[in-house]
Amino acid sequence: MSRRQSLIALAVLALFALVPPVAGYLDQPYLSYFFTRIMIFAIAAVSLDLILGFGGMVSFGHAVYLGVGAYTVGILSHHGIDSGFVQFPLAVLTSGLAALVIGAISIRTSGVYFIMITLAFAQMLYFLGVSLEQYGGDDGMAINRSEFVEPIDFWDELQFYYVVLATLALFVYLCHRIVHSRFGMALQGTRSNLRRMEAIGFPTYRYRLAGFTIAGVMCGIAGALLANWSEFVSPAYMHWTRSGEIMIMVILGGIGTLVGPLLGAAGFLLLEEYLPDLMDLAVPGWGQHWMVLFGPVLILVVLFGRGGLYALLTGSRRQ
Amino acid sequence: MDPILLLEQALNGLQFGVTLFLIAAGLTLVFGIMDLVNLAHGSLVMVGAYFAATLIGWTGSFALGLLLALPATFAVGLVVEIVVLRTLYQRDHLDQVLATFGLILFFNELVRILWGPVSLYSGLPDYLSGHVEIIPGAPYPVFRLLIIAVGLGVAASLYLIVARTRLGMLIRAGASNREMASALGVDIRLLFTLVFALGATFAGLAGMMLGPLTSVEPGMGEPLLILAFVVIIIGGIGSIRGAFVASLLAGLLDTIGRVFLPLLLRAFLDHAAADTAGPALAQVLIYVLMAGVLIVRPQGLFPARGG
Repeated sequence: MSRRQSLIALAVLALFALVPPVAGYLDQPYLSYFFTRIMIFAIAAVSLDLILGFGGMVSFGHAVYLGVGAYTVGILSHHGIDSGFVQFPLAVLTSGLAALVIGAISIRTSGVYFIMITLAFAQMLYFLGVSLEQYGGDDGMAINRSEFVEPIDFWDELQFYYVVLATLALFVYLCHRIVHSRFGMALQGTRSNLRRMEAIGFPTYRYRLAGFTIAGVMCGIAGALLANWSEFVSPAYMHWTRSGEIMIMVILGGIGTLVGPLLGAAGFLLLEEYLPDLMDLAVPGWGQHWMVLFGPVLILVVLFGRGGLYALLTGSRRQ
Repeated sequence: MDPILLLEQALNGLQFGVTLFLIAAGLTLVFGIMDLVNLAHGSLVMVGAYFAATLIGWTGSFALGLLLALPATFAVGLVVEIVVLRTLYQRDHLDQVLATFGLILFFNELVRILWGPVSLYSGLPDYLSGHVEIIPGAPYPVFRLLIIAVGLGVAASLYLIVARTRLGMLIRAGASNREMASALGVDIRLLFTLVFALGATFAGLAGMMLGPLTSVEPGMGEPLLILAFVVIIIGGIGSIRGAFVASLLAGLLDTIGRVFLPLLLRAFLDHAAADTAGPALAQVLIYVLMAGVLIVRPQGLFPARGG
């Protein structure tokens, strides 16, 4: 991350930090609730960017870790174990394990086969979620938020907001350190030229698998937070369109930049939330058809918007 | 185990399999020749189903409606290829996935605007809504038999086109080495457009066949699309034969799994839980098959691409 990129990252995080007071001033409590969701998806998008943007692995099943993390929290909560000290470490464990197994098999393949096999695994776990009758099956189930010791209270929206923000900031910093470590350099090397990295003597399979697993764990934590945010878990978290959406957030924000996914998550979810209203303003009654505009916008972003929102903001393109 | 039930489910599986093949055939050609990951292929299934439902309503004839819906879907295929997809061939798979994802959103919403959010039910004419007793003691719906016949017919004619005609030769040349075919003077652009529209028509045909069985609604093609992708990966990208074999495998596995997994699970779970878990887990089987095939044969069962 260049100096400028660090500054932008700090600015974006600072903006996130300012949302609750502004929302309080405007008397719009929904705004901070909504931005909590944005930050949770930003975590998922940053984690995907780590393997997609830096590792060159087009995982089309990243939402599966959202689901694994969320279901870990949900199932424990369903059985009366509400302690976050149990739930979160277990969510790390389960999502890490899921990513390790999926990655171990998927990384043997490449190109479009990799896209499809990650999608296939996501579908397997999606249908597994649907089959869990005890935990609501297709409909999902309502759950409690995690309990921690005294000062920490997830039921307090404001506190929860800053916990999510802190997690996001931590993960962006962590990814920044990873990308600039020797490990991260090697990972980026495998993206540029896998064969050459192998020839130099890097155990590329292990490097990529490690990256894949780290990303899975981060997204799993996002899932645990998402379950807490919505007080609900359902297989819909793992639906393949959700994986597509997270990917869109990364591209929209700027792939291969750590700030991009933050901007992308905010941009995507804000569009999803307010485009209907905007369309209603322009042509009354058309708000419900916002996707007819959103789809082409997406195509145009892919075709012409190289570098995404990040490039738009800085006027630079990815090297 | 009841042999009649098994036979009946095998026929259902065959019917589902050939439907998948109709979708997968176009997808595998587009994928194999143009190296394009087209997520919007499922939207063409939906478009075909809507055209058929509407045209059957207008003309009052089932057969005429279908006959008119086929060229209409072909035309939509042409437009989509020329307007959007053409610019995507040179992009990487990630861009293709995202842009065609955008196309899905667009098509779903367009359909909702034009036809409304309510599902359509296109009924069957009398001569197709009966049953015949091809298995003694178990009457089987005529329409499902028709689907099987249409699917097998398309498979056979596709085989003949690809193996025996000049167009088929060009398609095979394009699938095994695009640059070389182009260098030898084949008009690749025109070939791409034609192949895409042809694939779109098959997908539309699948939608028309599914319409009377399920409901015609926005997004109806998407669950099938993912399955069709799985099928072409199992079969080997670009291979019609592979798509055919894998479609039937997937169709049978899914249908028979749906019936027998709940019975199997009842040994471990109570009835209600087994009846919910069984069908859902049956859908996992296909993905397990795919993962298994990819581990053993990373290029699929019948790889088409040379070199």
